[in-house]
Amino acid sequence: MSVIEARALRKSYGNTLALDGLNLQLDEGRILGLIGPNGAGKTTALHAVLGLTPYQGQLRVLGCDPWTQRDHLMRDVSFIADVALLPRWIRVSQLLDFVAGVHPRFERSKAESFLSKTSITLDRKVRQLSKGMVTQLHLAIVMAIDARLLVLDEPTLGLDILFRKQFYDSLLNDYFDRSRTIIITTHQVEEVQDVLTDVMFIDRGRIVFSCSMDDFESRYSELLTNPDNVPAARALKPIHERHALGRVLFLFDGVDRAQLAALGDVRTPGLADLFVAIIGSRSDRAAQAQGAPQ
Amino acid sequence: MNTSSNAVPDAFQAQSVPINSLPPTHAFYWSLRRELWEFRSIYLAPLIASALFLFGFLISLMHLPSRTRGIAALDPVQQQKAILSPYHMAAGLLMLVTLIVGVFYCLDALYGERRDRSILFWKSLPVSDLTAVLSKASIPFVVLPVIGFSLTVILQLIMLVLSSIVLAASGFAPALLWSNLSFFRSSFLLLYHLVTVHVIWHAPFYAWFLLISAWARRAPFLWAILPPLFVAVLERAAFNTNYFAFFLLHRAYGGAEAIPPPHSMPMDPMTHLTFAHYLTSPGLWLGLLATAAFLAAAVRLRRHQSPV
Repeated sequence: MSVIEARALRKSYGNTLALDGLNLQLDEGRILGLIGPNGAGKTTALHAVLGLTPYQGQLRVLGCDPWTQRDHLMRDVSFIADVALLPRWIRVSQLLDFVAGVHPRFERSKAESFLSKTSITLDRKVRQLSKGMVTQLHLAIVMAIDARLLVLDEPTLGLDILFRKQFYDSLLNDYFDRSRTIIITTHQVEEVQDVLTDVMFIDRGRIVFSCSMDDFESRYSELLTNPDNVPAARALKPIHERHALGRVLFLFDGVDRAQLAALGDVRTPGLADLFVAIIGSRSDRAAQAQGAPQ
Repeated sequence: MNTSSNAVPDAFQAQSVPINSLPPTHAFYWSLRRELWEFRSIYLAPLIASALFLFGFLISLMHLPSRTRGIAALDPVQQQKAILSPYHMAAGLLMLVTLIVGVFYCLDALYGERRDRSILFWKSLPVSDLTAVLSKASIPFVVLPVIGFSLTVILQLIMLVLSSIVLAASGFAPALLWSNLSFFRSSFLLLYHLVTVHVIWHAPFYAWFLLISAWARRAPFLWAILPPLFVAVLERAAFNTNYFAFFLLHRAYGGAEAIPPPHSMPMDPMTHLTFAHYLTSPGLWLGLLATAAFLAAAVRLRRHQSPV
């Protein structure tokens, strides 16, 4: 069953196309990583899903049109963006009071028990909390909401690695179950690689790559080899090639690992490497296309 | 704008799950409380003003016996004026303070949440833009007048009791005070004045400030004040007339339709009320129409605007 179904989603700001006919389908129980370069349309896409921005095209989130039914939809959807979202003047206790007052699916005791494991006390104001604590507080609220879709837009931006690790651990261990769905955008691709069940790359307002993590691991392989083996490796049609410290790294799509093992060390590539291979080559082509008439 | 929802297969519709929802008044109630948490000046400023006024009044009580001796010699009209003047002053002070607080509150109400980006958090909760804007509008339309009225009544009551005690202690009969001051009638007139003038007649101003607050990307105060001023200046320069300025001033002084100008103080006798005239004046209804239009635009803007 689809949690999000987007067809030919378009959105422009002046002359800039933020979403250029984006198609996306996300099923229940998945954790999707939406990864793209700056200005690729990630945040615009998420804002469309959250009913924060109008759009052209078709979009259904949990059966609702987010733009016209935002307040209704928000009973089933939670959202964390980077840390600056919570109002700085509010007290932790007031925040819990407010959410409990307006949200039919908020269980206050859950949020309080999560907070009791942190150093956040109820009488503090948000402005007195560190960046990491504000994220913990927001996470505590979101985890106490029995939502069906959780949207995380750069949730760990500016946090140190301990907070980031803790954030994803809490999310997986205490929150996620197979009936919930999560979308994450982040620049720290390596950190979410183990968390995701699906990954999509977005570039210039379109989804340019979409794959489940199971498929990703069986399809893609990385070969580290000596310069002598380069012609043999190139014959197998790598999708990306990179020179590093006197050795050469190749990225292959759908090539038998046994065949590659004869040429050097083979392993599963990082998402970041695949991202560079796919988005990088797109950018190169775009640059060539722009340069061509000259 | 999105495409029509008719284009979506019915299968999607069936997915939405029935929700044991909280009553819609709940979201409104908590949104209103939220405003009072954020803008504590809504009640602190009138409270502090009342305390300061009371403190000044306590000092003035020292001269009350000698002043009363002087007042007793005046003719009845002058006498009443002199006796009522501190009570009018208390009411006027609280009107002024709640007016200033209301204007600055409205200018920040929909701008501040975009400036600190917290609007993204508020919008991630199941509260509609209509509820949010109405809860904000009810601060100048309901909360501030209620606070202003209650504090005035309490303040005047304390003043009356203290004056009576001081007068009695210095051998005067408080009758002079009580015969000139009908407490319930003056409180009713105050309430009438607050509702007809400060709430209903001034409503378009507050709604305009809320609209600018929802629209401006910076400096909402300037955007709210300067364009009307420019229009007035332009009219003056181009046609040597002042219609627009008079129109605004008439609206600001307001209430001539509710209470005739020479008797515009809230303690005036009820016989001067012209409620029927007030209800039938086109200005009242045009003002309410403008208020509704400004608020509707503010709701729409809150939906569309992103953080600044």
